[in-house]
Amino acid sequence: MDKFTRLSAVAAPLPMANIDTDMIIPQNHLKTIKRTGLGIYAFSNIRYHDDGSEREDFILNQPAYRKAEILITGENFGCGSSREHAPWALKDFGIKCIIAPSFADIFHGNCFKNGLLPIILPQAIIDQLLDDAGRGANAIITVDLEAQEISGPDGGTVSFEIDPYRRHCLLEGLDDIGLTLEKKKIIGDFENTKRLSQPWLFKD
Amino acid sequence: MSEQPRTLYDKLWQSHIVEKQDGANCLIYIDRQIIHEVTSPQAFEGLRTAGRGLAHPEAMLAVPDHNVPTSADRATAINAEDSQIQLDALEKNCTDFGVEYIPMMDVRQGIVHIVGPEQGFTLPGMTIVCGDSHTSTHGAFGALAFGIGTSEVEHVMATQTLILTRQKNMRIDVDGTLGAGVTAKDIALAIIGKIGTAGGTGYVIEFTGSAIRDLSMEGRMTLCNMSIEAGARSGLVAPDQVTYDYVMGRPKAPKGGAFEQAVSYWKTLPTDEGAAYDKEIFLKAEDIAPQVTWGTSPENVLPITGVVPNPADLPDGDRKRAMMRALDYMGLEPGTKLQDVTIERVFIGSCTNGRIEDIRAVAEVVKGRKVHSAVDAWVVPGSGLVKLQAEEEGLDQILIDAGFDWREPGCSLCLAMNADKLGPQERCASTSNRNFEGRQGPKGRTHLMSPAMAAAAALTGHLTDIREL
Repeated sequence: MDKFTRLSAVAAPLPMANIDTDMIIPQNHLKTIKRTGLGIYAFSNIRYHDDGSEREDFILNQPAYRKAEILITGENFGCGSSREHAPWALKDFGIKCIIAPSFADIFHGNCFKNGLLPIILPQAIIDQLLDDAGRGANAIITVDLEAQEISGPDGGTVSFEIDPYRRHCLLEGLDDIGLTLEKKKIIGDFENTKRLSQPWLFKD
Repeated sequence: MSEQPRTLYDKLWQSHIVEKQDGANCLIYIDRQIIHEVTSPQAFEGLRTAGRGLAHPEAMLAVPDHNVPTSADRATAINAEDSQIQLDALEKNCTDFGVEYIPMMDVRQGIVHIVGPEQGFTLPGMTIVCGDSHTSTHGAFGALAFGIGTSEVEHVMATQTLILTRQKNMRIDVDGTLGAGVTAKDIALAIIGKIGTAGGTGYVIEFTGSAIRDLSMEGRMTLCNMSIEAGARSGLVAPDQVTYDYVMGRPKAPKGGAFEQAVSYWKTLPTDEGAAYDKEIFLKAEDIAPQVTWGTSPENVLPITGVVPNPADLPDGDRKRAMMRALDYMGLEPGTKLQDVTIERVFIGSCTNGRIEDIRAVAEVVKGRKVHSAVDAWVVPGSGLVKLQAEEEGLDQILIDAGFDWREPGCSLCLAMNADKLGPQERCASTSNRNFEGRQGPKGRTHLMSPAMAAAAALTGHLTDIREL
């Protein structure tokens, strides 16, 4: 997995609540057996006209935000389906960090598996960051995961909370399947105990 | 050591802890995983790339559902090459890795969340996962069941575990007796209307109260299915005699002495007297009217007697903008009576309402009547076995005589991944779970409701109060 340590990038403001996974990537783009190449479909229903041309009023189509790597958005971001195609599409587009007042649980977990950092902050701070982001390419925001701090273009900083295990995995770019496989012995012990107490769960 | 009273969720969580890790996380044992064609191929690809195998292929079950055609000629009807690639990949991956696979033309094929319970693959006390958010359905059995992303699918495949953070306990109690024409779907929608689509975020919801105990397993599955629409990854109903009766005799359920042994364990699962919840919500069953959604989020819901809300009544801000956007998308004017909203399509089906009880409810409403001439109405059974049972009961003929299209099983028009879609601006009375923009097809308009309410709308051509039909 890609490491996430420190990011200085353009932030795009997308001040909408309840942006759902169908909006992040519609169902007609889920028919893939790969994790890559979905960036062109990110937000496709609100990003393109029916004829496939870009909508000028969509933030990520505007010149200042085409290379945005941070998204500042509304509450309950990523609600709906479990499709990991949503973070895959955002990541492939170039987004590395999403800042919102709240996230839907499954989407939030899926971000960490893909080197994407979702940050939860109170609405008042989000409003300030939306203002900053509104200044376009002039508004570089810096996210420092090591220090758990965000710095705005005017030098002010805010700190954020994050689960220590997930932070560690992001900072080191760790594959948690590899880590869990090192615990094969204790998983096996757990299974053996369970096999005795709940034998109906096991075929043999 | 004195035993603290524990909730059902506490018991399920604690009995699956393999190891406590740093911070709030635990390594949790996963008893069963169900897979389908859309969210599993990248997980198998990941295993192959890393040279890893499956920890327990026998703890998995695979069935295609999202992409399968629901037309009568389904065996030859997949015209989309990308759909065929996903279906072929699922079959090949299952063969290569030794996972039991139910093919599309098998009578047991259907939607993952209908097939699991039907086969007895879903049992009380288990942890069950699937790369699909509506895995919460299986919580109706008193199993801890939740949707996961593809990376977690791969993690379970390789290790039979997940690294999880403990959720908080929420209880939603619905006491009393539901009125005529009011169903589990209406309870679910009324709850979402009350707590919002993020109201359950970070919680596992346990549904309690006499109105919940009175529900069949089908009704409990509908309710737990919709937990995710309230933001909760898992919903739960404590197992009881209704549960045991449903499970007994299912193909993959324990038999004989093993079943008795299992039941005695399942009886230890319900929440202890005096156990504490982090949040409690109380509803009276008598207060719940048949519900319909008017907007593009399941929380945009009202009793059928209501009118389309007016953004002018809200203060300026995100919520007002969201309502204006939703009404514009839905093509609705504030103040319009919901019962005056005309529809062109009806969809009965999905993992929310594609079970035998749902089809019986529709047949009861439409028996001897005709679908409105301007309405194209479909019934898509949730599985081949649901379809077979409905046909054995003669329900298919009642529906066909009324003018319904009686189709083959699959996810179909719930998420429109196969050929089943709404056209732009087409308005649908749907028994599915999400009314998001574009969910049933680009620019399609979805009104969520119960099967009986959707059946009533099919007959009249507009949203209709089933109690007045």
